[in-house]
Amino acid sequence: MHVLNRWRSWVWVLPALALLLVFVYYPIVENLRLSLYSWNAFSAHPVFVGLDNYKTAAEDPIFWRALRNNTVFAVTSLVFQVGFSLVLAAVLEEFVHQRLRGILRTIYFIPAVISITVAGILFSFLYNPQIGLLNRALGALGLVSWQHSWLGEPGTAMWSIIAMSQWQSIGYTAILFVVAIQRVPREFYEAARIDGAGRIRSFFAITVPMVREMTTLITILTISGAFLVFNEVMVMTAGGPSNSSQVLGTWLYRNAFLNDDMGYASAIATVIFFITLLIGASQIYLSRRRRIEW
Amino acid sequence: MMTASANTKPNAPTAAAATAGAGAGARPRRLPLAGVGRRIGSVLVWVGLAALVVAVLYPLLWMVFSSFKDNREVFDSPWGLPSQLRWGNFAKAGSAGVVRYFTNSVLVTSASILTTVLISAWAAYGLVRQRIIGGGLVLGLLLGGLMLAPTVALIPLFNLLQQLRIFDTYWALIVLYTAFRIPFTTFLIRAYMIDLSPEVDEAAKLDGCTPAQTFWRIILPMCRPILVSAALLQALFAWNEFVFALVFISNGDLKTLPVGLMDMQSRLLTDWPVQFAGLTMAAIPMIVLFLIGQRQFLRGLTDGIGK
Repeated sequence: MHVLNRWRSWVWVLPALALLLVFVYYPIVENLRLSLYSWNAFSAHPVFVGLDNYKTAAEDPIFWRALRNNTVFAVTSLVFQVGFSLVLAAVLEEFVHQRLRGILRTIYFIPAVISITVAGILFSFLYNPQIGLLNRALGALGLVSWQHSWLGEPGTAMWSIIAMSQWQSIGYTAILFVVAIQRVPREFYEAARIDGAGRIRSFFAITVPMVREMTTLITILTISGAFLVFNEVMVMTAGGPSNSSQVLGTWLYRNAFLNDDMGYASAIATVIFFITLLIGASQIYLSRRRRIEW
Repeated sequence: MMTASANTKPNAPTAAAATAGAGAGARPRRLPLAGVGRRIGSVLVWVGLAALVVAVLYPLLWMVFSSFKDNREVFDSPWGLPSQLRWGNFAKAGSAGVVRYFTNSVLVTSASILTTVLISAWAAYGLVRQRIIGGGLVLGLLLGGLMLAPTVALIPLFNLLQQLRIFDTYWALIVLYTAFRIPFTTFLIRAYMIDLSPEVDEAAKLDGCTPAQTFWRIILPMCRPILVSAALLQALFAWNEFVFALVFISNGDLKTLPVGLMDMQSRLLTDWPVQFAGLTMAAIPMIVLFLIGQRQFLRGLTDGIGK
């Protein structure tokens, strides 16, 4: 009777668990299986092809370019959303009077609440050679040779997308760092000041090590976000021109729903899965190691 | 706790201090110069902060201003204010599809807020207060669910939704927005419930409440602050979600704003002011919601991310 009662308590977690298993876990496992077949949306009988889809990926130059674009995205995002944001958060906490600080934080955060689609279209207008402000600003500064059809040239398309993403995310991560900095006991900074340490010294000696946990977390989120990027690219270039701004997500989409090569698309999805799994595992590893250290 | 590691960084800042002009690292010995350097440093900091404000706000202002202009003005005076307020652009954007997309977004977003928050709160209460056989396993599955990405599930979901006959309906989005956000929302609410005193439950039990009654009548009202945070973050997610909305909705009448706007862009092409008006209409609700509920937003973010 007692045991039965305790099983009855599953009624609490059952709805959540059922949704999770059916719509999150099952598709991920199913994707692993599908990646071993050759099939399209209309074929009744998928053909088992083993690892052929992965071989296709390994020999596909666009797959490698997509992977490289994701990596460039990740590295650039780390510089701005971890490095620059941490400095920005420290400056806000250190230099700015309390009331103004709140206003600035709010302003910097605003881009994070508008949708990527809106931001993406807005920036594609900014980059537009006909109406865009960017080329006009460069022209006004006499830098006519710097003008580009930013999203229309293979050399600049990916960077233009990455720049938009930084615009949207810097404020968001800076706010997270602000919260972490506010948790640092003020006495540490007082003690450092008495010892004659200046602001920059305090930043490296106190702030950086004390917010390390948040830094790790944001680093992980930023990297996995960069390998999952899809919306920005889809809205601004859809991977073009001539596949120069293709990322894993858009290449998957193109193969699945435009080229109708579902098997290959599943293989790309599996690659994305293992990359995010690796990143997730490293987060667990890092946070566990820290706990022992403490 | 971590003071030991705080002392391990030696003189790293001195070079940076000199170039940044703050000169603070060597303050005690170079008093006169340090004062000047300090002032230059803080001027630079303020210039930087102001430049960032402009970089963040100006594109948004450009969007709003341009939505009141006519095509000619967008080309001829792109930087300034519109010469008059042409509300007609908004009406045109509305009838070009924005109103329909907007309604769809409101519908899907509010439905998924309701389902996500209720199912997550229900599960969180079970995990915190009811001793569940295999509760650890459930927590593990939720934690794993935090890391799984929508793109990886895209192709199997395409088949699954068709088999369930909810492909190309609101339900496809509502169900997926709920399922993929349950892990985050449950952890968020659970972290809040852990801090509630167990005496409340005891008292309710003595008064003859069943666990379910306790949940609906006592626990849920007590959790209001975190439920508001959870709802706001779910609103932000569902309002802006793109991948699922792109792949699982093909009927133009059911599209939500993010995908609808992209469609509109290819339909309207060079009718710039109307395009800007559409973007403005899509961006305003979330900005307003954020400005009103800023505290709840940030609490949700930092609690959800930290625990």
